[in-house]
Amino acid sequence: MKDEHKVLTHGMDPASMRGRAGEKRRISQETPAMEIRDLKLYYGDKIALKGVDLMIPKGRITAFIGPSGCGKSTLLRCMNRMNDLIDAARVEGEVLLHGENIYDPAVDVAELRRRVGMVFQKPNPFPKSIYENVAYGLRLQGVKSRRVLDEVVEKSLRRAALWDEVKDRLNENAFGLSGGQQQRLVIARAVAIEPEVLLLDEPASALDPLATLKIEELMFELKEEYTIAIVTHNMQQAARVSDYTAFMYMGEMVEFADTDTLFTSPAKKQTEDYITGRYG
Amino acid sequence: MDKSIFTQHISRQFNEELEDIVNRAMSMGGLVEQQLADAMDGLAEGDTGKAELVVTRDYRVNAMEVELDEECTHILARRQPTASDLRLVMAVIKTITDLERIGDEAERIGKMALHLLDKDRELHPMAEIAALGEYVRRMLNNALNAFARMDTEHAVRTAQMDFSADSQYEEILRQLLKRMRDDPDSIPRVMDIIWSVRALERIGDRARNICEYVIYFVMGKDVRHISFEQMAEEATGDRR
Repeated sequence: MKDEHKVLTHGMDPASMRGRAGEKRRISQETPAMEIRDLKLYYGDKIALKGVDLMIPKGRITAFIGPSGCGKSTLLRCMNRMNDLIDAARVEGEVLLHGENIYDPAVDVAELRRRVGMVFQKPNPFPKSIYENVAYGLRLQGVKSRRVLDEVVEKSLRRAALWDEVKDRLNENAFGLSGGQQQRLVIARAVAIEPEVLLLDEPASALDPLATLKIEELMFELKEEYTIAIVTHNMQQAARVSDYTAFMYMGEMVEFADTDTLFTSPAKKQTEDYITGRYG
Repeated sequence: MDKSIFTQHISRQFNEELEDIVNRAMSMGGLVEQQLADAMDGLAEGDTGKAELVVTRDYRVNAMEVELDEECTHILARRQPTASDLRLVMAVIKTITDLERIGDEAERIGKMALHLLDKDRELHPMAEIAALGEYVRRMLNNALNAFARMDTEHAVRTAQMDFSADSQYEEILRQLLKRMRDDPDSIPRVMDIIWSVRALERIGDRARNICEYVIYFVMGKDVRHISFEQMAEEATGDRR
């Protein structure tokens, strides 16, 4: 046998071998998909977000971590105006989607939510067939061509890494799927309408560890085409999947950094205490 | 060789990260091996060009260690590897520490080579020293191959080579001691040679260390500080 340790590297300089695995992220080199500027949110008299500034980089995964009640889910919901549904909630500041303020009165909220899709903690398929779940958004948009629908359903299920598991039973009820499959179905439904940004609110917290890893791998695949923001209670999940991590505490953005830096040498003591389990 | 450790994770990125640190450790090993070969050309044959190259190139070895350490730290922080994955990352971290030190020994030999006069090369057992240099370079090469192939039997055979390296070292020392007794004026220069030979002997020890990390990674057994026979038994026995 020849010198395999040399064959492995093909004599390449290690610097040029840095592929995906060794990529360095720098926020200053990113293009913003969304920008949040001095965002404040009140539930009645109570302030839940105390002036948050943040950039969500395009084509990357940004994770939000922090203790319960820190405002991370609230912030995520501000990004497609889900908080509009809560009467007592009042928003100040700006959230820009590719430069446009989504809180501008002229914005069509239904269209906004098409562009910024959302997946929740508990899988919420509709009580319909697998096929109809994925085709739902397109039907709402008035698409009738069976050929177009078939194509989009297959493409979306493939993107959600679910196609092989369900291709022979597309007309069965979605409730027959396992929890992990349902969650991937919901993601397929979200990507079927080609959103620009995908918001994931605890997408794996109801799933077992292997189903969780599948969802994480799916996110990694999807970020080639979409910008992803994820809220998670699971710090290790944030460390595994994200390019950038935001740590929030009591309605404030404490630290926002590339994930390697945040999990190896955070700048703020509060962040260090939280991620090392000294919080409280 | 079983490379499934790089293909079986649900996370494709994790596969790539693990494969990447191994590839980069091997590439660092290749550079260190080259450093050692060039240092020996400088020492034994008076090739000062190569000896100078060794001294100026050492920074690259150091830089590779720092970069790899950083990447391993990120993998530990982000993936929380377990079982064989954890052992692999630990083995890489330890291996590159030894590789960096081997690089330092090669640099030391390169510096000595530059001080040496042609006369010294004639007076001293240079053929034996060159043979020891070639021998420990082969040990290092074998250790790296054992790592790349995750081959414990190859690791054991390579670790066994260290016995011969030690006896070659002692034989050279005996000759150098005799020379110092016969000609006390030569002592300062012989000391330089002794440091170089000592560096070669240490390189053999570090190559053996790398073999131990291969066994730790593949078998999950810590074979440091035990006899060679025990080590061979652990490395070929059933997996824990």
